[in-house]
Amino acid sequence: MFDRDLWREIFQSINMNRTRSVLSGFTVAFAILLFTILFGIANGLNNTFAEAFADDANNSIFIQSGTTTKAHKGYQAGRQIQFKNKDYDYIKEEYGDKVQYITSRLYLNVNASFRNEKNTYNVRAVHPDHQYLENTKMKEGRYINQLDLDNRSKVVVIGRLVEEDLFLKTTALGKYLSLNGLQYKIVGIFTDDGGDNEERLIYMPISTAQRVYGNNDYIDQINLTYNPEMNYDKAIAFSNSLTKDLKDRFDVASSDQRAIRVRNLANESKTVNQMTFGLGVIIIVIGFGTLIAGVVGVSNIMIFIVKERTKEIGIRKALGASPKSIISIILMESILITAIAGYVGLLIGMGVLEFIGPSLETYFIKDPSVSTTLVIGATITLIIAGGIAGYLPAKKASQIKPIVALRDD
Amino acid sequence: MLNIKKLHKSYPIGDSSLHVLKGIDLSVENGEMVAIMGSSGSGKSTLLNIIGMLDEADEGEYILDGVPIKNLTEKKAAIYRNKFLGFIFQSFNLINYKNALDNVALPLYYQGIKRQERQEKALFHLEKVGLKAWAHHLPNELSGGQKQRVAIARALAANPKLLLADEPTGALDTKTSYEIMDFIQHLNDEGKTILIVTHEEDIAHMCKRIVRLKDGVIMEDEKVEQVRASQYV
Repeated sequence: MFDRDLWREIFQSINMNRTRSVLSGFTVAFAILLFTILFGIANGLNNTFAEAFADDANNSIFIQSGTTTKAHKGYQAGRQIQFKNKDYDYIKEEYGDKVQYITSRLYLNVNASFRNEKNTYNVRAVHPDHQYLENTKMKEGRYINQLDLDNRSKVVVIGRLVEEDLFLKTTALGKYLSLNGLQYKIVGIFTDDGGDNEERLIYMPISTAQRVYGNNDYIDQINLTYNPEMNYDKAIAFSNSLTKDLKDRFDVASSDQRAIRVRNLANESKTVNQMTFGLGVIIIVIGFGTLIAGVVGVSNIMIFIVKERTKEIGIRKALGASPKSIISIILMESILITAIAGYVGLLIGMGVLEFIGPSLETYFIKDPSVSTTLVIGATITLIIAGGIAGYLPAKKASQIKPIVALRDD
Repeated sequence: MLNIKKLHKSYPIGDSSLHVLKGIDLSVENGEMVAIMGSSGSGKSTLLNIIGMLDEADEGEYILDGVPIKNLTEKKAAIYRNKFLGFIFQSFNLINYKNALDNVALPLYYQGIKRQERQEKALFHLEKVGLKAWAHHLPNELSGGQKQRVAIARALAANPKLLLADEPTGALDTKTSYEIMDFIQHLNDEGKTILIVTHEEDIAHMCKRIVRLKDGVIMEDEKVEQVRASQYV
């Protein structure tokens, strides 16, 4: 296989049938080109979905409250449902094994100032688990911890852009920030992939916020992630039973959609995953279909070439060529044509993706590209495909009888 | 060198079969130069094909240089052809996209000889047939006589024990034919065993022995006075 003379023979023969070789390679190149572009676009769609969820852990469940729309158990419609700390504790105790991370959230809007710089910001008062739920990355310092909660410490963690806004070029860590006139120590600065808005947030311990801004134990929202070992169906069942429990707990009609809202990303992930999977299957079917057409094309042309070279093969046999050497020449030629054509298709496809990629973002296709794994996979597929394409012609060639081939017509 | 006993060969034609060789006995010694003659259909080409292991006999015994040639696999036949035999054809049968040198080197390639050595040997044989200057020309740039000389160089390259020529002068004019025969006679002088199939009397008489075939049997087998081709050149 690594015999230099064999390669010389193969190149000589490809060179002799240049037009034909190029034409036979064309179908294969086209098949791979199509496959690459489709695959890239599918990847692009995937990237768009992935980015949409990058902000949050994708096993998240969000629980929010609102007003009831239906009268139930003696209560009138229009009642405001308010979560409190005990509801958070209830979920944590009741579903401890199914919950990975859990946090409450309380929203505030504050005027923040440091020296002469002022601005208004949204504050999220949270539990320490919030960091993992929101994929918050610490740039400096630390996140809110349990000790802060226990002591109701006046500490905050600020977003990168808050630091930029208020502290200009200086570092914010360890300094005191005034929120609505109260001083809070900055213990950490974070970054977030969710975009600028996410980086203009301030986090503080929920216990502190409850004490300072109302002296109650109200919660606006509870976020949790379910145990990632659960599959989609289990996760959906979990959130359904959670919804039912909470509705019972607050005496809300089970058909009331507004009073307690549980949003489970598993629902959306499942849909997206199914769609991506379906798309992948379609692409593989199309890709393989075209590849098979290409293989048949190469095979056909190789059979034709063998027929045309019958005499030459006869001469070679008369001069002592073994059937094996004839087979390897035809087979390698077929593999070479297929592999080179396939690679040309792959490269053109990657070039096209690179070129049109940026302009596709409006169509929810972000950064369409193919992975190294695919390239390696394609190489193996192409070599196998070339082998299949060359098998019949090679067999035919090896069966040529020199006496028939050399008969003078 | 070559020993054939009671050789039979028939080809199926539709439902019946055509009995081409009907018991051929032939033995050829080292250094002989034998012409096999006969009209078309006499079986002379079939005989040569069987001797050349391009075809197999139905019945009979064929021993080449002490090796019985029987039930050969394709692979074995290829090795024997390469080792024992050199072919010269009427239509030259050069590979048209390879230059003269590569054509001559081809049997050496199938012997597994390295490229450098192959090229040297091929060039040596081309020089012997007087075509060293044409080594890098393609066959279609050569005249008929030159092509046949390249083919002879190719047949010699593997240093075969037996040279088989099927109408070697059939496609050439008289003058060129005699040049080629002169050349073949020189090879015989050097000790090569040569078998020539021909239907031309003058060519046959340039050999040392004439075997005449008719309807699949040997009619006549005689030693003749060799006519030197050089006197006509």
